Amino acid sequence: MSADLAFDLLLAASLLWSAWRTLATPDIFRAVILFIVFGLLMTLAWARLSAPDIALAEAAIGAGLTGALLLDAIGVLRGRKQP
Amino acid sequence: MTTGLIFACAGAILFTMGVAGVMLLDHLLRRILAFNLMGSGVFLVLVGLAQRAGNPDPVPQAMVITGIVVAVAATALALALARRLFTLSGGYTLPETPDD
Amino acid sequence: MKPLKHLTLILAASAFAALLIAAMFALPPPTVNLAASVAADMDRSGTAHPVTAVLLNFRGYDTLLEIGVLLLALLVVLAVSPREQHAGSAAAEPVLQMLARIAVPLMLLAAGYLLWAGAYRPGGAFQAGAVLGAAAVLLFLAGLLPGWNAPTLRLRWGLAGGFLVFLAVAAALLGQGALLRYPPEAAGALILLIEAALTVSLGLILAGLFLFLS
Repeated sequence: MSADLAFDLLLAASLLWSAWRTLATPDIFRAVILFIVFGLLMTLAWARLSAPDIALAEAAIGAGLTGALLLDAIGVLRGRKQP
Repeated sequence: MTTGLIFACAGAILFTMGVAGVMLLDHLLRRILAFNLMGSGVFLVLVGLAQRAGNPDPVPQAMVITGIVVAVAATALALALARRLFTLSGGYTLPETPDD
Repeated sequence: MKPLKHLTLILAASAFAALLIAAMFALPPPTVNLAASVAADMDRSGTAHPVTAVLLNFRGYDTLLEIGVLLLALLVVLAVSPREQHAGSAAAEPVLQMLARIAVPLMLLAAGYLLWAGAYRPGGAFQAGAVLGAAAVLLFLAGLLPGWNAPTLRLRWGLAGGFLVFLAVAAALLGQGALLRYPPEAAGALILLIEAALTVSLGLILAGLFLFLS
């Protein structure tokens, strides 16, 4: 029981830390990578909340597709490809 | 402290961080990130608070699945607008309003 | 002036978060038990998984509106993206191409499984559609799928199909007096039909959000 509690607190703390770093880090590319990390941690949180359906959706959409969209936008920003 | 309550509290803090980020950050991509953090915070509160007694509740879970899919559509829409702004003006920030 | 503004906002945000958390701890225990009422109606819902039952039966109108919102978002993305220079992504490395050739059939299999599994265990149209969309994005990034310039007629039917099938079912059942109240004996078949159409449309829409943008 107390191991569960410790894991939940650790997971919540890492969620908040990765969210904070996403907003505060100066490099925008790093911010997007941290956001993808945040999405994967959210997947773990949904699993802990006994919501496997949301965990599946979050892993595929929140971390995968949103990350791809954001990285593509950064590619345009850095001029590596035609907008 | 149940699991639901812990993550509901984390969600409340996330939501507040997202609101502050949307207000304070200038770069539009960062604002979109902050907006997504806000959404994730709301989802955590919705599910975590409903399950604070400990047993899973399918109704908020189904709503959050719908919400995640709508959030990615909103993100794509915001990115399309931001990229249009980038091709037109060459910048990823909104023009400053005179009163600021 | 700016640091002062930042500091004030951060202090206000912290106070707001503290208030929210205090309110959560002060909440009385819930008086409505939604999980129990869902469990009581499960045998009339046509599926064996509570989340799928809520998504497509008890609160089907949420899902109907949701696919409508997605379609609307895609239309706006189409409207604001410039229509010219879509050459598709440049030819990628052979390793990525080979990996995509191996992974995409498996992803299609996973999407089919998720759709089928939604009736009994975690899974369903949303997750399956997301996997389909991710497969299309992977094919595009590997240079195996050309970029989409303007949607062809077939693609348009695919994008709108899920919404149209869902709307048709809702309209056909409207004669019974309530939106999306399935007759219990046909509920399973109707939900499967809607879910299959939703999966294809969601996959195409999510892929389109990426492919029309880039």
